[in-house]
Amino acid sequence: MSYDTITLVWFFLLGVLLTGYAILDGFDLGVGILHPFIAKDDRERRLVMNSIGPLWDGNEVWLVTFGGALFAAFPNAYATVFSSFYAAFHLLLTCLIGRAVSLEFRSKVHSTAWRRFWDTGFFLSSITAAALLGIAGGNVMAGMQVGPMFRYEGGLLDQLYWYPLLVGALTVSLFALHGSIYLFLKTEDELQQRVRSRILPLFYCFAGLYAVVTIATWLHVPHATETLTRHPWLWIVPVLNALAVLNIPRAMHLGKPGYAFFTSSMVIAALASLFSVAIFPNFVLSTIDPAYSVTLENARSSHQTLITMLWIALIGMPCVASYTITIYWIFRGKVQLDSNSY
Amino acid sequence: MMDVELLSRLQFAGTIMFHYLFPPLSIGLGLQLFLCELAYVRTGHPAWEAAARFWTRVFAVNFAMGVATGIVMEFEFGTNWAAYSRFVGDVFGSALAAEGIFAFFLESGFLAILVFGWDRVGPKMHLFSTLMVFLGSVFSAVWIVIANSWQQTPAGYHIVWQEIQGQSIPRAEVTDFWAMVFNPSSVDRLTHTLIGALVLGAFFVASVCSFYLLKQRHEDVARRCLSIALPSALVFTLLAALTGHDSAQKLVDTQPAKLAAMEAHFETTDQPTGLYLFGWPDAENETVHFGVRVPWLLSLMVYNDPGKPVPGMDQIPESDRPPVWLPFQTFHLMVGLGTMMIVLAALACWFWFKQTYQNHRWLMWSIVLMPLAAMTANQAGWITAEVGRQPWIVHPSVQNGVEMMGLRTKDGLSESVTAEQVLSSIVLFAVIYSLLFAVWIFVLNHKIQHGPESIEELESHKRTRSASKLSDQIRHGGTGRGGGLMDEEL
Repeated sequence: MSYDTITLVWFFLLGVLLTGYAILDGFDLGVGILHPFIAKDDRERRLVMNSIGPLWDGNEVWLVTFGGALFAAFPNAYATVFSSFYAAFHLLLTCLIGRAVSLEFRSKVHSTAWRRFWDTGFFLSSITAAALLGIAGGNVMAGMQVGPMFRYEGGLLDQLYWYPLLVGALTVSLFALHGSIYLFLKTEDELQQRVRSRILPLFYCFAGLYAVVTIATWLHVPHATETLTRHPWLWIVPVLNALAVLNIPRAMHLGKPGYAFFTSSMVIAALASLFSVAIFPNFVLSTIDPAYSVTLENARSSHQTLITMLWIALIGMPCVASYTITIYWIFRGKVQLDSNSY
Repeated sequence: MMDVELLSRLQFAGTIMFHYLFPPLSIGLGLQLFLCELAYVRTGHPAWEAAARFWTRVFAVNFAMGVATGIVMEFEFGTNWAAYSRFVGDVFGSALAAEGIFAFFLESGFLAILVFGWDRVGPKMHLFSTLMVFLGSVFSAVWIVIANSWQQTPAGYHIVWQEIQGQSIPRAEVTDFWAMVFNPSSVDRLTHTLIGALVLGAFFVASVCSFYLLKQRHEDVARRCLSIALPSALVFTLLAALTGHDSAQKLVDTQPAKLAAMEAHFETTDQPTGLYLFGWPDAENETVHFGVRVPWLLSLMVYNDPGKPVPGMDQIPESDRPPVWLPFQTFHLMVGLGTMMIVLAALACWFWFKQTYQNHRWLMWSIVLMPLAAMTANQAGWITAEVGRQPWIVHPSVQNGVEMMGLRTKDGLSESVTAEQVLSSIVLFAVIYSLLFAVWIFVLNHKIQHGPESIEELESHKRTRSASKLSDQIRHGGTGRGGGLMDEEL
């Protein structure tokens, strides 16, 4: 396989990892965002938390593997992106730690104050993590102040302007919507009815932001549409995406929540693909001078490492798929509490 | 004005040491848990089931802490050590990615069954899941120690000068993947690290169970677990000494500066080299205060030859010398604690098999404290390894007779990160980690004070479960869905 081909293959595989992460951790971040608004007593809170209990850790591994793969396949991109988002990523880490320990510790002690503390932590860390992921994505999408030799010349405040903030809001609403459909699948009776009543408002919220961000991207990020102009067949992605968005309320209306969940997963996949198409062939476009951009070509590892890594991925991914499916199969059906639950 | 290098090193040291409280216990306790469960599957005795369920709960709390603090490490390479990441990405990145794919997915997947699956899968499937989680945590150690070993004794690579925007910058690229994986120190360092973790796990179980015996609680479960934990503590502490010795012997060829620092050996002579049992090294004056030295012992330890002199720090160019005081003290602390653990484990095993262990309360109390010794020894060993590698973040090496450049720690920092940024993230971590540490101790203590369920409790849970399954079946007219235990019992 030629050096350029395998570079593209790795760009694609990173896209797969990012999409997998967004779909899987998307619903459990969404559950975290929704849980104070949906559960009304302690039992319901535990039901909501335990709906993602056995799954969230594995979902987060997608992010860790994405980070590792980016490090290995495109070290310059990893180094520039991670050091540019110094403050934002430290905050993101705080949130990821906060989520893990809130879930783990919340139900270990019988005390209202103790549980309320971790409930608040779970909500705040979930919503902030979702927003930060969106904000980071928005910045990468729009380009960043990368100077000579990949040195970032901006700061946190340069990353918090209207466009990334809008993308952050879109991400929060998308994950909340995705999480609500997931919760609908996992709950029963009264709790399920309450979840049901939240889905449509969340959908309107998401659809509104989706429209706004699309227009904003058109105006603010002209290079995002360049690849689409060059390869018109790629228009199929945004068109399918819009159809998929509309299909969510339709599927719920038809009484097919599983189909609705599949559709919201596809919406996430389509958005992740649009993101990849928009930034290609850069990882980070420099807003100072395009010559300073971090591109696929100047960020990649050696030919041999990309080949070795492909072997690792080819051996590893079937294993990962087999036990991911096993776990989701074993924990299928409605969530229930037993002596092993959180 | 603080400098970015010092702060970034402090942040990395602090976050990795905090993280390293948890994974060794996950690995070590994972094995003990597997052995208890194996005993349960083979004998079917409910006391073994109670033991396995109890260790699972302790394991889960610890594992969550390991996951939460572990993600930090992966991000930090990029946030704080961007130049380093560019230099080693081709090598180090692939090990990290392999860790993600081979280890983390395996662990996190089967952890779900281990923790939440007790009533969803059969005992054999559950045992298999426990084994997979243990193997996953071992694989994780394998890849990360390989990556770290490559920084200490690089192999299977060459330096390539990349043209970027008219400047050329060097980076390491893999030429031989397996030579990189099996670099000169990986196997020794990996076995020593893993055994350090198994020692901790064995002493942790022995400690909790000895505590129960001292307090006359859960005695049946405690005795059963001790019969596994004490012999494994003895075997693993002995193996730790053996693998440690192997590791140290290699240093004279691969990292002589580290060896000289560990032993505070400043001056090369043509006489046999002695070994300090303890002392207070003073690198400035190249001497050791209050030291007690055994003649020719270092020569014997390093070369298996009491007559052959060991090269000292004077053979190393001044700019390439690591600090001496810290590696010396942490190395001696580790060896001292290791020796103490061997003696105590041997005594405990001896009395255990004579069935008089419970007559020696001082020994039982000492065993209760041993997890602290094992944890300290694990940390001290890593401080020795990492501080002894300075001033290099990637050690220079010779490949096929060609000298390869290393990377100095000060050249590995992120170009765009300021001291203020690092200082604020250190404060952030200090706050969060202190809180986490307090909560972890609190919850762990809570779990240990509660202890395993009694056999009657276990039976009554089973009855409730089958009753609720039955009522569920009647209610839904379909497959059983348990929903009985609405509040947590533990």
